Amino acid sequence: MHNKPNNSPIKIIKNGASVQVTWDGDVLNCDSDTIIKQIAAQMSNTVKQLGFAAPAHGQWDSSLLSVLFGAVQEAQRHNIAVDLTALPQNLQDLVHLALAVDRKPQHKENMQFGFLGTIGAGTVKIWTAVNNVLGFIGEVFISLLRFFSFRSVMRGIDFLAALDDCGPKALGIVALISFLVGLILAFVGAVQLQTFGAQIYVASLVTIGMCRIMGAIMVGIIMAGRTGSAYAATIGTMQVNEELDALETMGLPKVDFLVLPRLLALVLAMPILTMLADFMGMIGGAFVGVFLLDLPYQEYWKYAINAFNLKNFMVGIFHGFCFGFIISMCGCYCGLTCGRNADSVGVATTRSVVNAVVWMIVITGIITVICQEIGV
Amino acid sequence: MKKEVQIDVKDLTVGYGDYVLLHDANYQVNKGDIFIIMGGSGCGKSSMLRILTGLLPPLKGQVIISGVDIASAPAKEVQKIREKSGILYQSGALFSSMTLAENIMLPLQQYSDYSPATMRELAALKLALVGLKGFDDFYPSEISGGMKKRAGLARALALDPQIVYFDEPSAGLDPISSRNLDDLIIELNRSLGTTIVVVTHELASIFAIGNNSIFLDAATKTIMARGDPKELLKNPPNQAVYEFLTRGEKK
Repeated sequence: MHNKPNNSPIKIIKNGASVQVTWDGDVLNCDSDTIIKQIAAQMSNTVKQLGFAAPAHGQWDSSLLSVLFGAVQEAQRHNIAVDLTALPQNLQDLVHLALAVDRKPQHKENMQFGFLGTIGAGTVKIWTAVNNVLGFIGEVFISLLRFFSFRSVMRGIDFLAALDDCGPKALGIVALISFLVGLILAFVGAVQLQTFGAQIYVASLVTIGMCRIMGAIMVGIIMAGRTGSAYAATIGTMQVNEELDALETMGLPKVDFLVLPRLLALVLAMPILTMLADFMGMIGGAFVGVFLLDLPYQEYWKYAINAFNLKNFMVGIFHGFCFGFIISMCGCYCGLTCGRNADSVGVATTRSVVNAVVWMIVITGIITVICQEIGV
Repeated sequence: MKKEVQIDVKDLTVGYGDYVLLHDANYQVNKGDIFIIMGGSGCGKSSMLRILTGLLPPLKGQVIISGVDIASAPAKEVQKIREKSGILYQSGALFSSMTLAENIMLPLQQYSDYSPATMRELAALKLALVGLKGFDDFYPSEISGGMKKRAGLARALALDPQIVYFDEPSAGLDPISSRNLDDLIIELNRSLGTTIVVVTHELASIFAIGNNSIFLDAATKTIMARGDPKELLKNPPNQAVYEFLTRGEKK
């Protein structure tokens, strides 16, 4: 029986107890998967031998080698003897090389769970994650206690470097984004307020919006992307470079050494950056009010100052403080739990930003409800 | 004269979760030995080192270092053992934000009462011992790979350790730097009497420095051979050891 796969020079000939695979001329870019399946289909119980015959000078590529490799493996699976002797020597050598396994693959853990198994595995995963996070928070608080009792091994220079990075170096981007947010807020508000002839209240809208929450949120998002991710990447890279192992074997508390300076710096810098964001947002609002809505400059600031409320301002600053804590904790935790390859550093960086943003929104919700309850 | 045993490994099983890399390993490292842990890729050499340094808990068994089983001892005891050990990691693992002197001073700040000036002197001495005299104020990014390893070794020697562990010391080094590092290891062992444990598969280093060894085999997950590497080459116990020590030659 002859069988020739479509558009392929390879012929499969079954002759009693023997299957012969032959071809003439060149074999390039053949559909190896289909051909292997067609060869395998000929391997019934009566077949005792698989043979190959080929021209000595035809051209071929890896697709032919793949056919030979697949066919031989199929034959071995069916306990069929294989005769490669009619193949060119280089092809024989390559097939033998591919078959010469020096090590069997290790048994891979079967990760296929049933319904209950999936729930169980998920629960264990969540429980482990919660445990790890709570452990980390506990370590940070113990480290803070050590710091306030002057027993911490935190290096002052690390704190100053972190403060420089998340303070002065972040001023530009925070100022620019906050100015633009104030501008957008004023634009959006002005469209609605103009219909009532109340465009002067743009000043109040921008002042209350920026001071109460928007300033802190914008700074939080900027710093999560800029500084939190940098924390995760730096500490993650230290993991890859075995620097964290070195710290551990030297008995230096990782939290004191790596987390504390970053945490203190960001917690200190965030309220200040929030103040700057509030101010820049108000300037952005004033820009729209004065230059686009033609409001008198003095009038705009009079309304803005009237709308300014110390309670709102302090709520914003408190948000900034909490966000600083969240961003540094997320960044450092993701860095410390990073894997030991380059890909893991990318994953840790992404996770730090996503976690920080999610937790900032959750905390904002909680603070808003509490403020509502206590009438702030 | 019988040598003093510094590291005693008993019935040790190395692995992660259900995944076993090596089972029922038993061996001893004597004081003053240059002990090689060798074997092919994936046989558990680096995991063995992580267990010896207390970074990875064993699945089973004991690792007794200077009389303390670090697998079951309280964290404080393990830390005391670590203070008497130094580790040179594959990449050097120097802290990039610190100068070489600051890197070396770090363990001194943690575990000694020396004044900052004395610590600086000690750091300069350790750097000089590894051939980096005058590089105190250089940052890791400003020196070559071989120099980073030397600086890492200087940091490992900061607390005058009784045992120094080396993880693939020759990895990534040119032949001359690798040879120089081997000479340095022998010199430190000879002059300071430090016990050296080296994880490597570099044959040149194995024969140049090792006076005792174990050969880990990934297929059987056991210690397949032990003894002086040069003796193992003369009388290989089996084909796998012979092939490893002769770079794959068939017997």
